[in-house]
Amino acid sequence: MNAFQQDVRPATLEVRNLSTSFHTRDGVLPAVREVSLRLQPGQILGLVGESGSGKSVTGFSILGLVDAPGRISGGEIIFQGRDLTRLSAKELRHLQGNRIAMIFQDPMMTLNPVLRIDAQMIEAVRAHSPMSRREARQHACDTLASMGIASPEERLRAYPHQLSGGMRQRVAIAIALLHRPDLIIADEPTTALDVTIQAQILGEVQKLVREQGTSLIWITHDLSVVAGLADQVAVMYAGRIVEQGSVDAVLDRPLHPYTQGLIDSLPSRNQRGQRLRQIPGMAPNLLSMPAGCAFAQRCSRASSACSELPPAVEIEPGRSLRCFHPAVYEAGAAHGQ
Amino acid sequence: MTALQNPPRVLRVESLWQRGALDFIRSPLAMVGLLILLSITLAALFAPWITPQNPYDLMQLDVLDARLAPGAHSAEGAYTYWLGTDGQGRDLYSAIVYGLRISLLVGVGSALIAAVIGTLLGLISAYAGGWVDALVMRLVDLLLSFPGILMALMILAWLGKGVGNVMLTLVLLEWAYYARTARGQALVESRREYVEAARGQGISRWRILVGHILPNCLPPLIVIGALQIARAITLEATLSFLGLGVPITEPSLGLLIANGFQFMLGDEYWISVFPGLALLLTIVAINLVGDRLRDVLNPRLQR
Repeated sequence: MNAFQQDVRPATLEVRNLSTSFHTRDGVLPAVREVSLRLQPGQILGLVGESGSGKSVTGFSILGLVDAPGRISGGEIIFQGRDLTRLSAKELRHLQGNRIAMIFQDPMMTLNPVLRIDAQMIEAVRAHSPMSRREARQHACDTLASMGIASPEERLRAYPHQLSGGMRQRVAIAIALLHRPDLIIADEPTTALDVTIQAQILGEVQKLVREQGTSLIWITHDLSVVAGLADQVAVMYAGRIVEQGSVDAVLDRPLHPYTQGLIDSLPSRNQRGQRLRQIPGMAPNLLSMPAGCAFAQRCSRASSACSELPPAVEIEPGRSLRCFHPAVYEAGAAHGQ
Repeated sequence: MTALQNPPRVLRVESLWQRGALDFIRSPLAMVGLLILLSITLAALFAPWITPQNPYDLMQLDVLDARLAPGAHSAEGAYTYWLGTDGQGRDLYSAIVYGLRISLLVGVGSALIAAVIGTLLGLISAYAGGWVDALVMRLVDLLLSFPGILMALMILAWLGKGVGNVMLTLVLLEWAYYARTARGQALVESRREYVEAARGQGISRWRILVGHILPNCLPPLIVIGALQIARAITLEATLSFLGLGVPITEPSLGLLIANGFQFMLGDEYWISVFPGLALLLTIVAINLVGDRLRDVLNPRLQR
């Protein structure tokens, strides 16, 4: 591969060295540190990591939803040529829900329990488009229909508690799609749903994103979702991206020992009867982080070099890694074979 | 065609309010309260049409009819005083219905105004935080730390009598209850995820506060409203009884009770007792409704 093959289209989103920290009573908690991401129009990025790895905070930071005591302490978030960290609250609000939309994890909680679906959708439409209530309602109805929701008129008249979990999440996704945003940040939106519903929703989201050329960040801890949905994947550990690249490259030939551990801990049919492999130890406390590589204590390949922080190295165009001891593959051999 | 076919599924669209209303109906006691309250309100509204005389038009009074026992006839024999007459020869039934007007106006009016002001201040407090929050809430603490009747006496001694002044006093006393509840509820609600989601949709903070958070705060506020109406009516009656409330030209139930009080130890018990019973009935009815509302709308008790 050579440098000329790099994608030179202007990126929808480029995050450079983003750091977000929470100033708590016990000290400064660095939830996200020096995260860099790049997303082309129509691309889907899977942001993977365990609970507390900073993947959700990364999403919230991009949308400007980090509240006190948290704040973005460094870096840039370039969205369509503008640095979101420098925008005023008003300019930012103009983008929120309009050009950048978010889908949250729990559809039970993200819809207002005392307002009917139509009231909530009409308000979301009219927050950014000068439509009449009637037009806004029609637009909401059309968007629900495009999410594969049967009898959207009836759903519009319902209250959230009258819809099933899957239906509620479809409504939440439809709200995110109302303004055909250029970027959607989805924070584990299918985690609370059962697998068949998850598959349906994944399929529909993928279709809509491809049709509309929307970029999508799908935050999840589920590697199998990433494998089926995303183009790019970034693996986060203790606030940092430890490995990043195309889905095929990262999942087939994981270089970082943590990525390997994640893939190995997936139960699969071929290993029936064997004990599942788990990553030993626990994620470090963000308030008292070791100086070097955060994963070193749990890593079988750690050496004295790991007491220093491994830099993010771009080993191929679009493929970067933070590790002194990446896995070595013989030509042609893929992981797990 | 066959019995095996599923009946068409009907999506029942009922709001929390509708569900609350259905729950409410299930309590017969509360329904009795509601019925009494409705008839009292209607009687107060249509007082001139359902009473034989306007008790405060002195032209219609006859001093010869003073202190007649219940069931007595007027001197001219024109009508029967079913509840007796007072010291000026007023028909007590008419006086009570007219008195209810003032009592309800003062009670409901002050409770509503206090609800609007208090809720708004509570929401602003929760929204603004910082020194605004501290200021409003310390004011609330200050107000609630004094006995209501004491505060009311002080304010009215300064303002003077009158329906307007009594209402103003009651509003000054009552907004604090709404403010405290609204603030607490709004703080709880503002941490809920739907608020975060609404912010993610680019909806302005003020719209979120009024359009999303306020509707979720309403149930406890409605309960407080119902109980505060009862409290306002009693407080007004107390103040009028003590001679600091409404003037004799706009008499309330409290004033009627005070008027008859001097005759209590004589045999003319009815002059105080019947207005007193009317007041009691009103307060009990409001409390029955209010208690049921609290049970129905309390999120902690919801199944």
